[in-house]
Amino acid sequence: MAEPLLSASGLCFEAGGGRLIDGVDLAIRPGARVAVMGANGAGKSLLLRLLHGLIRPSAGEILWRGRPPGREARQAQAMVFQRPVLLRRSVRANLRFALAARGAGRADRIARAEQALVRARLDRLAQRPARLLSAGEQQRLAVARALACAPRLLFLDEPTASLDPASALAVEALIRDAHADGVAIVLVTHDAGQARRLGDELVFLDAGRVAETGALPGALEAPRSEAARAWVEGRLHTGPAR
Amino acid sequence: MIRRGLIVLALLAALPAGAADRFIVLQSTTSTRNSGLFDLILPIFRARTGIEVRVVAVGTGQAIRNAARGDGDALLVHDREAERRFVAAGHGTARHDVMYNDFAIVGPRADPAGVAGMADAPAALARIARARAPFASRGDDSGTHKAELRLWRAGGIDPAAQSGRWYRETGSGMGATLNVGTGMGAYVLTDRASWIAFGNKRGHRILVEGDARLFNQYGIVAVSKRRHPRVKAKLAREFVDWMLSGEGQAAIAAHRIDGRQLFFPNARR
Amino acid sequence: MDGFWGALARAVGLILAWDAELIEIIGLSLRVTLSAVAAACLIGLPLGAAVGAFRFPGRIAATVALNALMGLPPVVVGLMVYLTLSASGPLGVLGLLYTPAAMIVAQTVLVAPIVAALTRQVVEELDREYAEQFASLGLGPLGRVRALLWDARYALLTVALAGFGRATAEVGAVMIVGGNIDHATRVMTTAIALETSKGNLELALALGVVLIAIAVAVTGTVMTLRASAVRMAYG
Repeated sequence: MAEPLLSASGLCFEAGGGRLIDGVDLAIRPGARVAVMGANGAGKSLLLRLLHGLIRPSAGEILWRGRPPGREARQAQAMVFQRPVLLRRSVRANLRFALAARGAGRADRIARAEQALVRARLDRLAQRPARLLSAGEQQRLAVARALACAPRLLFLDEPTASLDPASALAVEALIRDAHADGVAIVLVTHDAGQARRLGDELVFLDAGRVAETGALPGALEAPRSEAARAWVEGRLHTGPAR
Repeated sequence: MIRRGLIVLALLAALPAGAADRFIVLQSTTSTRNSGLFDLILPIFRARTGIEVRVVAVGTGQAIRNAARGDGDALLVHDREAERRFVAAGHGTARHDVMYNDFAIVGPRADPAGVAGMADAPAALARIARARAPFASRGDDSGTHKAELRLWRAGGIDPAAQSGRWYRETGSGMGATLNVGTGMGAYVLTDRASWIAFGNKRGHRILVEGDARLFNQYGIVAVSKRRHPRVKAKLAREFVDWMLSGEGQAAIAAHRIDGRQLFFPNARR
Repeated sequence: MDGFWGALARAVGLILAWDAELIEIIGLSLRVTLSAVAAACLIGLPLGAAVGAFRFPGRIAATVALNALMGLPPVVVGLMVYLTLSASGPLGVLGLLYTPAAMIVAQTVLVAPIVAALTRQVVEELDREYAEQFASLGLGPLGRVRALLWDARYALLTVALAGFGRATAEVGAVMIVGGNIDHATRVMTTAIALETSKGNLELALALGVVLIAIAVAVTGTVMTLRASAVRMAYG
């Protein structure tokens, strides 16, 4: 078994007197496709931000290839948010900005931005103000920007939650292409179909804890935990099964 | 982008003010400036010597304090006592009488205190005080303000006790005080030059004049280089000498508005 | 309202006559004010952006201080700068008192807190939106400030205009440090104060109308350029 890219052990996050992430252990291998699911408020987005290093955990440890994450980990990861955060600049300038932030040289920046434009089929919109694109085009740009930085691990926080089906499929196609290139993926989604299409492993969160893990699609067909079963069957579930 | 801004800024700041470097700063009073005296005499002086005189016009008290900090090369004000103290403290080389005019009490045509035509200024002020008629004072430690306070004392009245009632201290220059006076129908002690040149009279007129105690002497002082090393002593000396010279004195006498002479040269040389 | 219409007519006449002295005064006004606004932006934009974008101890105190300094009385600033630049003051050797440079310094002190405080607010709001994305990209502090300032550029143009308005309108500071010297440091506001003190109220008002016209022209030009830039470029 390959050495994990990213591993978390005993991960906890507390805020306002409550434990929002409670002892999560997780390992993400190179090229893995992990779908993180769970009810609203289960801590999915929070877990993603902790793993990506946007938030400091209250307890526990995160390691990047066996070591505390540093500059190299930052360079090798990228994240796409549910609502794309685009700069008030052109589509092309958004791509170049991200590459510059990663320290790419000028010529490299220009070449990789053009590649990303073509890949995301945004080349004809290159000059347009990014914020005037449709929602689907904006999210494609956000994914293209993340991939232009050539990450080894890509976090996606409900990337298609606010898109129409056609736009969602276009975004999924970009994600599949990235995986084909060997990028590991951690995807938060509410959509069981999307989890089956894009995921190989399931991590099911319940009230900040990992309630269930398993291979997809099987894990969603026959969930073992009460929390996951309730969720799949569309029942109300109000707390962790003790 | 920032560098470009810096360059533009440096260029803007380096632009010349549009004047020769041979200039002195004269600390003087609003009354001389507002009367237009400098507009007449300074071009003559400049034509003769090439020296530009930059006038900072404030109250006599502030002019003297500015000069005492070294922020001026010469001083032209009207408070003999303060000028002598300035020289005695080592700030100035010597004090010279240069010209005079007189003060007058102006007031509304209706003249509620009935002082029109009086020749005794302190008595007129006493009558204004008895009538509790509004009086606008400079209240700014200027030469005119000090002259006014001397007149109140001579009339046996302490107007400060009435400040805020009929006695209004504006704390401003001559022009601003005259604006207040004509605006609220108050009496005002003013120098004659400021009054003649003043454009907002609104029916006010001179009511009391001619008292010897209304005499208004202007003095000129070159600031001492020994005390203030940055002073342009030579240029200032030239200006003072010229003001006291026949040509300077004649220029002062030539300044008229509506045919009336505003300042009377009286340098003793 | 006779005086007002008279002043209006006179203002038009003043502009049409293109009087050399008036042009000189307008020129100096613009030079002093625009220089001061430029200097205030050089100081205030990075300062405001730093306070808006970074978390550091004393940040709330810095914000309060910036906001409070927006209300600095011009006369107080004038006095402070006067005492500093006076021949007897710490920077007297520079010989800047009663020069346009002194007026630029005073107005810069007056305007920089306005630019900084408003920039702080604009940048803080933008940073709330961008912070996670920037952190994800691993953007350094300098890169963050630069990107935030650039992306807020249209809002910051309005900030600069607010500073311009303040500098254009103030008379207390430039009067004290400039001295209102004819042909040297006389600007529109001190000329208005002078004509008022001479009792030439109509002329003073006419100059005021001219000053307002200049302010409207400058602001209008900037806003028009901004609007077309926004239309042509970014949403």
